[in-house]
Amino acid sequence: MTISRRAFVVNGAVAGAGLFIGVQLSGPLLHAQEDSRAPKRPNPNPFDAWIHIKRSGQISLIVAKSEMGQGIKTGLAMILAEEACVDLNAVVVEQAETSPDIYPDLGTGGSSSTREQYTPLRRAGATVRELMITAAAAKWSVPKAECSVKKGVVYHAKSPHKATYGELVEAAAKLPLPDPGKVELKDESEFELIGHATPRVDIPAKVNGSAQFGIDVRVPDMLFATVARCPTFGGKPAHFDAAKAKAVAGVRDVFEIPPLGADMFTAGGVVVVADSTWSAMNGREALEITWDHGAAVSESSDGLRAALREAVQRPGTRVRNDGDVDPVLSNGAKKVEALYEFPLLAHATMEPMNITIHARAGDAEVWAPTQSPDWVQGTVAHVLGLKPDKVIVHTTYMGGGFGRRYMADFPAEAAQIARVLGKPVQLVWSREDDMTHDFYRPAACHYMRGAVDASGRPVAWFHTFSSTAIATWWHPQESPANDESGGARQMPYAIPNVRLEYNPSVSAVPRAWWRSVEHSFNGFAVESFIDELAAAAGKDPYEFRRTLLVKPANWKLKDEEDVDPARLRGVLELAAEKSGWGKPLPKGKGRGIASYHSFGSYFAEVAEVTVKGTDFTIDRIVAAVDCGKIVNPESVRSQTEGAIIYGLSAAVKNEITIKNGAVEQTNFDGYDPLRINEAPPIEVHLVVSKEEPGGMGEPALPPAAPAVANAIFAACGQRPRRMPFQLKTT
Amino acid sequence: MSTIQLIINNSPHQIDVDPYMPLLWVLRDKLNLTGTKYGCGLGLCGACTVHLDGVAVRSCQTAVSSVGTKKITTIEGLSTDNSHPVQLAWIAEQVPQCGYCQCGQIMSAAALLSKTPHPTDDQIDSAMVGNLCRCGMYQRIRRAIYRASAAQGSRSAGHAAQKGA
Repeated sequence: MTISRRAFVVNGAVAGAGLFIGVQLSGPLLHAQEDSRAPKRPNPNPFDAWIHIKRSGQISLIVAKSEMGQGIKTGLAMILAEEACVDLNAVVVEQAETSPDIYPDLGTGGSSSTREQYTPLRRAGATVRELMITAAAAKWSVPKAECSVKKGVVYHAKSPHKATYGELVEAAAKLPLPDPGKVELKDESEFELIGHATPRVDIPAKVNGSAQFGIDVRVPDMLFATVARCPTFGGKPAHFDAAKAKAVAGVRDVFEIPPLGADMFTAGGVVVVADSTWSAMNGREALEITWDHGAAVSESSDGLRAALREAVQRPGTRVRNDGDVDPVLSNGAKKVEALYEFPLLAHATMEPMNITIHARAGDAEVWAPTQSPDWVQGTVAHVLGLKPDKVIVHTTYMGGGFGRRYMADFPAEAAQIARVLGKPVQLVWSREDDMTHDFYRPAACHYMRGAVDASGRPVAWFHTFSSTAIATWWHPQESPANDESGGARQMPYAIPNVRLEYNPSVSAVPRAWWRSVEHSFNGFAVESFIDELAAAAGKDPYEFRRTLLVKPANWKLKDEEDVDPARLRGVLELAAEKSGWGKPLPKGKGRGIASYHSFGSYFAEVAEVTVKGTDFTIDRIVAAVDCGKIVNPESVRSQTEGAIIYGLSAAVKNEITIKNGAVEQTNFDGYDPLRINEAPPIEVHLVVSKEEPGGMGEPALPPAAPAVANAIFAACGQRPRRMPFQLKTT
Repeated sequence: MSTIQLIINNSPHQIDVDPYMPLLWVLRDKLNLTGTKYGCGLGLCGACTVHLDGVAVRSCQTAVSSVGTKKITTIEGLSTDNSHPVQLAWIAEQVPQCGYCQCGQIMSAAALLSKTPHPTDDQIDSAMVGNLCRCGMYQRIRRAIYRASAAQGSRSAGHAAQKGA
């Protein structure tokens, strides 16, 4: 069911509505009760999820967390069912509709859902259990201590009394809510769901075509739209002739929409509306447009690469400065320097951007495959001149997110189109649109210098880098040094003299978050360069890292980006052990290792490669994972495999290049992710941990590329320092 | 526009449509069979894979008028209750993440197994190389194909034993 504000308020009057409990997932604890008798909401509303216990005993968790394949609908249900003491299939996670009063925070990103909601949701589940026991004890006039719960039924130990949650809902709704901070949580040794591999609830619909993705939304009388955008970033139509497009069968309308700035950054362009996607695409082909390419037409990847290489020669903003690097670098026994380069990358989700909007007089309905339904709501409302509460966003399944679906550009375009039409319309981006008008992973260049002393210990680490920073795209005046340097700033190895500097570089190419964000290049730089230092020291790269991961006696986690050296060493050792590190390999084969922390989780990965001339194949990846407490091991394994393949696609194949201010790759022929014949087998080994849950959507990605680069070096002595890797003839 | 007869999932359909419209868009926009997905429009990703007389084809590269009397099978026609061995294997191996490419993957795998009941790794590679999975679930896809192959094998072996008895 949908909780609209109106429905919520009147629920008390509706017989059989059951019990609602407001939950504050994004804060420390759930707050207070909203039950069917007392529909008074605090203002502003602190809740961002609702538990609805129905008279059938079924429990709905109504929450705005987007399912994009990470298994969040299953994981959240497991946590709630565990503490509420019900079967997993008694809990359904329902996708919340947008309503700013009811759900203040709706985003899904930053590998945050499980790690932020684990404890609040456990407390919420325990609250349900506590309420039901209290209601049963009162009904039977027995002490609560004599009552217990199993699978949604309360039992009395000293009598045959028993009652289902459904039978107790009405009485429970009249009770005061227990203090959620004091409810008794289960002992973790009693867990029957959390920590046990559990099949995902979204999978059956995904193997028979019934799962509805954004592009599958069908509304009566809907039309389909495409937009011809200027290939050059910042360009716009100077003139267009719609005659031929309008002559295409099925085409209904052609009109121009302006680019939008501020929080949306749309290209604008010429819209073709038709009665099918194909007619809209054909109509667009038939348009005759003269573009005003704008100022960015002079931008090229070659120019950008030169600018990035120049930027790392300049002093930058100092982000970290331990000891004094300069004198040691000039005196160190062995000096090493390296330049690492990273191209722009597209997200290339399998489902291209799309959205369906019906703008009516006074309100609008939106069906969106989005990671940020609240941003969609605000954007659509802004474009249509409505208040946000007049826009309802239904979040659909989405064919990949990876950060791209956090953006609100396609919703803004669709709202511009819907306003003209007044009929439901689905805006569909072609693959070409998707590839050439993404918000790209920044391009970057890292320059590193280091020194090892006569005994082979690293004594200096100087790291300076430049990127087309994300923050400066959105807010040109902002200093992006901190945002861009995550993972480089927390370089975890015990080296006495460390300095990190940053310089932004200018580009007209839009950029934003791409799976693992800045860690995608910072992890490569750190984990390649430590390998280079190990080689200079003549040490085994695993042992070299291991001895440098030292946990100081007084170490404390100060913020979640801090790296616990002991946990990192733990995964490093596990990956080494499971991969057979140190065992001899035939000539032409090599093994490489990398370990890295991001988003609260620790990963070490060992790659095995075979190099033949300038060709190489990745034979195997062994991953060790410490993501704290694990809710669903099946999802942890799956996310590890997926993030590694995503990272390896970038390492060995993918690159977005710019010519005349436009993207050169337009489809999967020019930007081809790994395919089945290129994907290595991946072994995943999980650390049993009592630590708080870490993120899982992203952190397996950063160590994959450096593990492969280090393996290539071990196999042939050549070190790939530029992505995508290309070996030279020796 | 022309009137075209199609047999889709064993049901006859008659539609008035541009004969050059790719089968993909006929299925999705005209017949509301949205399990067949648009991914690239150039036959590069395999998300639009359907069967024509049991052979896997890219529906984005198949003009509707070229289908003729061939029987079209889409994901919706593979089974109505997830009972096809490939669907069962996909669930058992927990293959999909986002799931967008998986209908195409399943159609390619089902076509492979119908011709090659016990494929080798190389045969799996050749049959599946045209199907991209951006979530990177390739080793699960491979395992699921082996699982479906084994299930089919044991089923036909059991069938043969029964017949022999």
